[in-house]
Amino acid sequence: MIAAPRTVLVSPALIAENLSQAFRSKKEPLVQALDGVSLEVRSGELTALIGPDGAGKTTLIRLAAGLLRADSGTLRVLGVDVNIDPQRVQDRISYMPQRFGLYEDLTVAENLDLYADLHGVSADERAQRYPQLMTMTALAPFKQRLAGQLSGGMKQKLGLACTLIHSPELLLLDEPTVGVDPLSRRELWEIVRHLVTDEGMTVLLSTAYLDEAERCSRVVMLHHGKVLSQGTPSDVTHNAEGLSFIVQPSQPHGARTLQGQLLDRPDIIDAVPDGGRVRFVRVTEGQDVSATDELLRELTVTPVPASFEDGFMMLLRRSADHEQVKAITVDRPVIGEGQPVIVKVRDLVKRFGDFVAVDHIDFEVLRGEIFGLLGPNGAGKTTTFRMLCGLLTASGGQLNIAGTDVLRAPASARSRLGYVAQKFSLYGPLTVAENLEFFASAYGLRGERRRARIAWAMKQFELETNAHMMSAQLPGGFKQRLAMAAALLHEPEILFLDEPTSGADPLARRVFWRQITALAEQGVTVIVTTHFMQEAEYCDRVAIMDAGKVLAKGSPGDIRQRASTPTTLEPSMEDAFIAIVQDARVEQAQLVASAPKEAA
Amino acid sequence: MLDSILRILALTRKELLSVLKDPRTRMSLLVPPLMQALIFGYAATYDLNHVPYAVLDQDRSAASHQLLAGLDGSGIFERIADLHRVGDLATYIDDRRALLVVQIEPDFERHLLSGTSADVQVIADGRNSNTAGTAMGYVNSIVEQFNTDWRSTHGLAAAPLGIISRAWYNPNLETRWNMIPGLIGTLTLIQTMMLAAMSVAREREQGTFDQLLVTPFRPYEIMAGKALPAMAVGTIQATGVLLVAQLWFRIPFAGSYLTLYVGLMLFLLAAIGIGLLVSSVAATMQQALLYSMLFIIPFSLLSGMTTPLRNMPPAVQYFTAINPLRYAIDITRRVYLEGASLYLLRSDLWPLALIAALTLAAAAWMFSHRMQ
Repeated sequence: MIAAPRTVLVSPALIAENLSQAFRSKKEPLVQALDGVSLEVRSGELTALIGPDGAGKTTLIRLAAGLLRADSGTLRVLGVDVNIDPQRVQDRISYMPQRFGLYEDLTVAENLDLYADLHGVSADERAQRYPQLMTMTALAPFKQRLAGQLSGGMKQKLGLACTLIHSPELLLLDEPTVGVDPLSRRELWEIVRHLVTDEGMTVLLSTAYLDEAERCSRVVMLHHGKVLSQGTPSDVTHNAEGLSFIVQPSQPHGARTLQGQLLDRPDIIDAVPDGGRVRFVRVTEGQDVSATDELLRELTVTPVPASFEDGFMMLLRRSADHEQVKAITVDRPVIGEGQPVIVKVRDLVKRFGDFVAVDHIDFEVLRGEIFGLLGPNGAGKTTTFRMLCGLLTASGGQLNIAGTDVLRAPASARSRLGYVAQKFSLYGPLTVAENLEFFASAYGLRGERRRARIAWAMKQFELETNAHMMSAQLPGGFKQRLAMAAALLHEPEILFLDEPTSGADPLARRVFWRQITALAEQGVTVIVTTHFMQEAEYCDRVAIMDAGKVLAKGSPGDIRQRASTPTTLEPSMEDAFIAIVQDARVEQAQLVASAPKEAA
Repeated sequence: MLDSILRILALTRKELLSVLKDPRTRMSLLVPPLMQALIFGYAATYDLNHVPYAVLDQDRSAASHQLLAGLDGSGIFERIADLHRVGDLATYIDDRRALLVVQIEPDFERHLLSGTSADVQVIADGRNSNTAGTAMGYVNSIVEQFNTDWRSTHGLAAAPLGIISRAWYNPNLETRWNMIPGLIGTLTLIQTMMLAAMSVAREREQGTFDQLLVTPFRPYEIMAGKALPAMAVGTIQATGVLLVAQLWFRIPFAGSYLTLYVGLMLFLLAAIGIGLLVSSVAATMQQALLYSMLFIIPFSLLSGMTTPLRNMPPAVQYFTAINPLRYAIDITRRVYLEGASLYLLRSDLWPLALIAALTLAAAAWMFSHRMQ
């Protein structure tokens, strides 16, 4: 076989014209995933697809990969009509779905071989390609490790290596960085950047991280199957030009309260906490501004340059059907009795055989606080979290929750805490109402109180319309609401949330944090783990963990301050996190290097 | 205490809802046992009908005709060929055209009339030893009948010994009477054990088990809440098979329903205990499925349902001591056909109670100690 010479594509790598795609199922109404979408992906560039969940990002990528046939419209990929000849397109592109099909029982090398076989890559090509991929992904030391034993970030890198094995002309990535910690995310991103700038590959990726989209040369924003905007990242940012401000609250810890109050105002497009201050986007035209003016009176409001995220929120708000973010209220404020320290962790250790997952950690959580546990994959934060909830027994140390020693009496501590698992674990075949009834019984609620609590949950989380829907069929956002509702039925003093916003879009995250901050305002203590460093800004205090140890504790402002260097005066939370973890790892490596000398 | 009971009931309700809500699951729990009871009732039988046989009658006398008429008239044997050459005997057996070949010697009638004994050779296809043995037994009784008739019509003294056989509890020795009551336990074992084995594994796989553990549920309450729905499903299935036996196959029920259900409850508890123990070890549904298969197949084959336990090697007989189905089959058969009382069944009941107690306790211990 003679390989065709690779033509230099001057025309766009992908052209969609008036593309529509709907999904029907027996019981559900028709879902219009794409509605007359026209767009272009330029050759040799990195293009990002952004938009809330259900915007049609995945559908578009699957159409481009020839996995679906469009209902109407045309889609030309690399000059070929995908609807007519999907196989010719598939030979020249690579597609990495959200959950890449790695064989977890095979090693890293075996997975690569398998995909090389599937694509018919010759031995010569492999000899040349493998070392490149290994250097790029830094997976070389783990060649013999089972794919199932890799961390989330490493799995994604291996998936990427498998899709790159046959040097595609166009690479399609569907949310490649979901569930990946900031360090691994940065590494993955470095690989993608290298592919585009050094290898001249064309890449189209979808992402829920707006900072990632900002780094692309072009951004396409979808919403409800329609293109809201198409252009460079600065085109998006431009939408919020002159509308962004930053405000210093009057009390030292008032940022969250102020942020919540601002978010409830119709003339405020967006408000997020930012190192003890509040950053917001405001439109004054055609709005009743008096209440907001009142709120901001006597506070120092400084205009700041618009960010990409500000522009994104503006675009979303302009599409008509945007719904107001709503806070929730608990029936009665949770009044803590006794001392202000509600969670006390002293010298906590967890060993799995020889491996020390949690290595003598200490921290305290105060009543009514939002406390964030941050760390890369495998840092030990999930293990710590599970011990706090009583799902795992500790190997040593003290664990005191609301005055009870969890290690001695886990059962009595349990009725005072609520827990929302990462996957919003609900009983799929049961309806929303049945799920709530079950958890109400599980927490021993009876009679009038039970009725009142279920009614409260239905109302606060707006579940009434879906009360008799099977929870497995709920849209993602509603699943999260139901999980929260179930965990709050028994009015717990402490709420544990394990990566509650993983995979959620910026809009859903706003709604979620508005609920969380409202709960904290009313006295509920919240302990949360997250991969989104921006979200750490909502926490009163955070603890950064790596390799089983707590590396840093303090308010988000303090943490950011610690990472400030002459070059980056105002580091973001993510910069600070990466700096702290990397410093600790370098220090640890030096310790290990010097250890043998001492032993000798 | 009340809280505890309410929690168990809530879990039971939730389990039943999630199992019975889906019409397909509902059907798959009820229809297969009934279908299997019907199919096995008709198909699984040792009684032989329509046994093909060939004859090489070298005598062709009145006496030989009388003997063959006995075979043809039995309703069991069907003559498919009259052979003329000795060489044909082997071909009919080899080709599996006949299960038996009957050869009558040339001087058959002359020998009989002279008062000496005559020989009839019966060749059976021993490749299926069970069927051949049963068929030979039938031939023997027909020959016995011929002898008695011959003696009385020719004025000879009757044989000195005669056996009058009478089978108690199953007068016609029908396999079906033996088989179907045994199915009450066998058919319920599979799905009850699976249901228990999958219940916790499913929650673990879907992440809901953590959610359950952070609620005030105690390990034994989770156990009870998982065991009760499986018990209910098992009881309904067993009742279904019992109804098929009585209303469809019309096998008379000799015992007391109370005794039968006491036995069944203990059996279901033991099966569920093993299922829950499997569930507490398995991390995924697939593992739970594979582990329970590891038990279900030997339990069914070594239960005494089809092959008697007494014929098994001693080591295997010891193994069957932990097989709840072994006791269940004994209980259902004896209550059903013989009307045995609880007292008579005590040697079956206490091992079941012991298995149930040990496995349920072990499963509860595993649930609370697996959180490490």
